[in-house]
Amino acid sequence: MAEPAPSKLKRTVWYVILFVPFFTAIWVPLFNRVEPSFYGIPFFYWFQFVLIIVAAIVTGLAYLAKI
Amino acid sequence: MNWPALTVFVILFGLVTVLGFIAVRWRAADLNHLNEWGLGGRRFGTIVTWFLLGGDLYTAYTFIAVPALVFGAGAIGFFAVPYTLMLYPFVYVVYPRLWSVAHKHGYVTASDFVRGRYGSPLLALLIAVTGILATMPYIALQLVGIQVVIAAMGFTGEGWMGDLPLIVAFAILAAYTYTSGLRAPALISVVKDILIYITVIAAITVIPAELGGYGHIFASIAPDKLLLAAPTDHNTSAYGAYATLALGSVLALFLYPHCITALLSSSSRGVIKRNMALLPAYSLALALLAFLGYVAVVAHVHDDPAFAAYFKQYGNNFAVPALMLKFFPAWFVGVAFAAVAIGALVPAAIMSIAAANLFTRNIYKEYLAPQATPADEAHMAKLLSLIVKVGALAFILFVPTQYAINLQLLGGAWIIQTLPTVVIGLYTRWLHRWALALGWAVGMSLSTWMVVSQQFKPTFPLHLGDWTLPGYSAFYSVLMNFIVAVALTLVFRAAKLAEAADQTSPADYEHDVA
Repeated sequence: MAEPAPSKLKRTVWYVILFVPFFTAIWVPLFNRVEPSFYGIPFFYWFQFVLIIVAAIVTGLAYLAKI
Repeated sequence: MNWPALTVFVILFGLVTVLGFIAVRWRAADLNHLNEWGLGGRRFGTIVTWFLLGGDLYTAYTFIAVPALVFGAGAIGFFAVPYTLMLYPFVYVVYPRLWSVAHKHGYVTASDFVRGRYGSPLLALLIAVTGILATMPYIALQLVGIQVVIAAMGFTGEGWMGDLPLIVAFAILAAYTYTSGLRAPALISVVKDILIYITVIAAITVIPAELGGYGHIFASIAPDKLLLAAPTDHNTSAYGAYATLALGSVLALFLYPHCITALLSSSSRGVIKRNMALLPAYSLALALLAFLGYVAVVAHVHDDPAFAAYFKQYGNNFAVPALMLKFFPAWFVGVAFAAVAIGALVPAAIMSIAAANLFTRNIYKEYLAPQATPADEAHMAKLLSLIVKVGALAFILFVPTQYAINLQLLGGAWIIQTLPTVVIGLYTRWLHRWALALGWAVGMSLSTWMVVSQQFKPTFPLHLGDWTLPGYSAFYSVLMNFIVAVALTLVFRAAKLAEAADQTSPADYEHDVA
């Protein structure tokens, strides 16, 4: 049989964590800038690239936490 | 004619054709059952689902159109990056519920679920028709990807001769989809993804280095293209457009029938969840490909007389093929172009299967032949997958390409109108089925009007008080759809309109295989 369902509180906390990269990605004023640039790559581009990795890690951790 | 490229291309194309037909023996089962032909028996594990969903979401057209948008419009084209990174947490939270309820009740399509949840064949029909309408131009668009690379290899014959390679490619695709069902694209997607990754890695390492590195490339882009236009007095400008394009696309994507088909073919909830952590590998590839739009600007492919005729015919969609022709050795151009063409076949196959499933289950079985056996259903779906493909081919051959692009844009604004019924229905059936149907009708009309009034641009300048808020039409129209559904539900509940039976129970949405 499948694992027992996680408690409601644990689930809610994880949902909030999962949606942090989600809402960061649409909060445009945060990253629509050139500096700090990374080896000539403007912040706008490298920040969103790093955010892909962050979102993937957070999703993977949620899976490991059995959410 | 570019013979080395064409030779490599034909060899790789031949390889996937063989795979497509071999797939019928893969995990052999009775393909005269829709569950087997149309969903691969719901037995795909983590790795197969990763390739299948990757092949499904990241189509050839994505790999051509995203860099083309960045090439033409700059930073706004990058909305595909927040879109793909927001997608996975959202799907992780919401869609295992759809898998569970579908597995429990044997639903093959989203409309099957709607039928069971709301007890309304009419609402199920509306959802099915929306799915089919949104999918058809999407299949046609995959053909554009194949068309561009075939032309780029030097096939420029007039009339029928010029179209012949495309017709042959599609006939082969139709044949193995007919015999092998969802197993064919699942197996072929492995080859497709390997080729795509090889091509992307080669393109992002070799080409920028020859142009002086990424720093130099970004320094050469005009400042107004490099960042989004900032809000001005009473206008949210590109900020709102960027955010709503990403958000609307996230909400819409997994409502498409081909995505639901791939999702339901997986063997457990865990397969879906694991994939939501593993699929972002494709997002990284897509983000890197988007950079190629700028690389193409700096490489001045647009001014190259060798490509002038192609840019005239295919517009900015020729930016990436041009870049490859210019910087890769001829044989590797063959690999890259095969990646694009095979990358079109995989989603085209899944889309035609998904559209066929919808028609068979929610129109044929529901209205035309209620007595149909599972074997009749499988037979009808196979036949329909052929008809759908012939239709898409005829569309591309006889109608200007721009129409397919415009209709695909409309398709996105239409499919999102099924969101209140399907996604909210996964949590509650508080919304009344007639309110949902009327909300859908408002959303469909409003989104069509918004898109057409802007001459088929995706964003609409919404005026609110003395503010102008440019944003994704699909997003605005589904908001209105939702507001109408809620308001009418309150009215209908107050009027004590009849309720219908719910086939599902709360535990079904958490159900998993043992």
